Amino acid sequence: MNIVVLVKQVPDSGAERTLSPSDNTVERASANNVINEMDEYAIEEALKIKEAHGGEVTVLTMGPAGATESIRKALSMGPDKAVHVSDDALHGSCAVATSKVLAEALKTLNADLIIAGAESTDGRVQVMPHMLAERLGIAALTGARKLTVDGSQLTVERQTDEGYEVVTAATPAVVSVWDTINEPRYPSFKGIMAAKKKPVQALSLADLGVSADEVGTAGATSQVVEFSPRPPRSAGTKVTDEGDGGTQLVAYLATEKFV
Amino acid sequence: MAEVFVVVEAGVKKVTLEMLTIARGLGEVSAVVFGEADTAKLGEYGASKVYVATDSAIQDHLVAPKAAVIADLVREKQPAAVLLASTQEGKEIAGRLAVKLDNGLLTDAVEVAADGTATQVVFAGSGIVKSKVTRGLPIVTIRPNSVTPAPEAATPAVEQLTVTVSDADKLTKVVERVVEQKGSRPELTEAGIVVSGGRGVGNADNFKLVEELADLLGGAVGASRAAVDSGFYPHQFQVGQTGKTVSPQLYVALGISGAIQHRAGMQTSKTIVAVNKDAEAPIFELADYGVVGDLFKVVPQAADEIRKRK
Repeated sequence: MNIVVLVKQVPDSGAERTLSPSDNTVERASANNVINEMDEYAIEEALKIKEAHGGEVTVLTMGPAGATESIRKALSMGPDKAVHVSDDALHGSCAVATSKVLAEALKTLNADLIIAGAESTDGRVQVMPHMLAERLGIAALTGARKLTVDGSQLTVERQTDEGYEVVTAATPAVVSVWDTINEPRYPSFKGIMAAKKKPVQALSLADLGVSADEVGTAGATSQVVEFSPRPPRSAGTKVTDEGDGGTQLVAYLATEKFV
Repeated sequence: MAEVFVVVEAGVKKVTLEMLTIARGLGEVSAVVFGEADTAKLGEYGASKVYVATDSAIQDHLVAPKAAVIADLVREKQPAAVLLASTQEGKEIAGRLAVKLDNGLLTDAVEVAADGTATQVVFAGSGIVKSKVTRGLPIVTIRPNSVTPAPEAATPAVEQLTVTVSDADKLTKVVERVVEQKGSRPELTEAGIVVSGGRGVGNADNFKLVEELADLLGGAVGASRAAVDSGFYPHQFQVGQTGKTVSPQLYVALGISGAIQHRAGMQTSKTIVAVNKDAEAPIFELADYGVVGDLFKVVPQAADEIRKRK
């Protein structure tokens, strides 16, 4: 099975994140950029399917030159190769334009199965898999906590608020996964060394036949007009339990009218 | 005044009433309902029109048919904006709709101004952004617990939609819907009060304490990632970066240290209360009221005290 995994490089969600004051896009230059955590689960799932059914795993990333670091990290887990879509004109692309570029790149890869993380930790928008399915005219099985492959038939347990839905489709399809689906492997030393030699194909907008004015800040379908840091919460009262902590807690809740 | 669509996926939820309330500031409110329409309730909150789409294709297939129905209706009625709930499905419909209409979209808004500018809380609650759709009409998903629903009576006209779903929208079949956990507790993202447990709760059995306090307060139960990863509580109740974002009136954190991963999902709560045995736990930095102590002593005592006061 020919599997493509979508990997996004994002600013580390464990550190302070901000927007760049010049154009209100996510500040990436000064951030500690890492592989989007949920994408590691997507890579793991792809590798498991390859191990069970054979095939090839390709990592697809759209991002600035610096995203190479995350691509190598992804490859060190085990995928065979990568495609890096990079172009200065892509800076500031909205989700709609991003989906257009990724869809064009996917057309060149002829994937049976496209696997993505359910969301990225920077935007948390969750729309990409369905946008791609819409553009490519293929099935989307999103929010998976379990994926079963039986020939060309895919079955997913889609996580819902109340439990799950069993959804099915035939390949080609896009599947997005939550972190409940597996436990991503750590790259081995051998994997890290091998990743350095794996092919990474660079694609520009021209290669994909997408014009620069359709993407980036110029072609964005939405715009951030204002960004302000939210005032941090300040600590309130802190008491140490000396036998009546529970009672005191309820007294507080009562003054706030919760009890 | 132009129409504003409020998409009602399945039943009228609290976020539906919030959307109706926000939509009234943008134009004439039309609800677009999939399945059974609670016309009376929608009218109570100001819907002057209710479009109803009932077709087995909508129930039997994932998301795509709903987006197709809304896209057709948008082309026909040219509304001023489309509001959807910021749930997994709401966002997915919005994404497809944006591609179908070659239109911008904004997700997780907590406020929408009359000109369509949306306010979003970003980066784990550490920033506020104001954004605008610059191509097409505003397609905006609204985060639950953003505004207080306010009734404003209207008598809606009901219009049954003719649904045409193409084969391309029927590629993903829903073969079964399984309810694993459904009790009398409110839904996590919509609850006014959330009581969450973390690693400090110790094991799955001890989560009864968290549930007991939640039930006494009439709240929902949540869990930190550490608690979920340890198997104490199911993932659909996880609050944080890789789980749900909640914004209740009261958030009670029991045995939760307050890692940034967790704060991401709860720090816009109005009031935060924490119980933790570690006085240095970062959760106390954002708690309005914190008790440093053993939750196995503090929580049962608090539960007794609430019972006494009832």
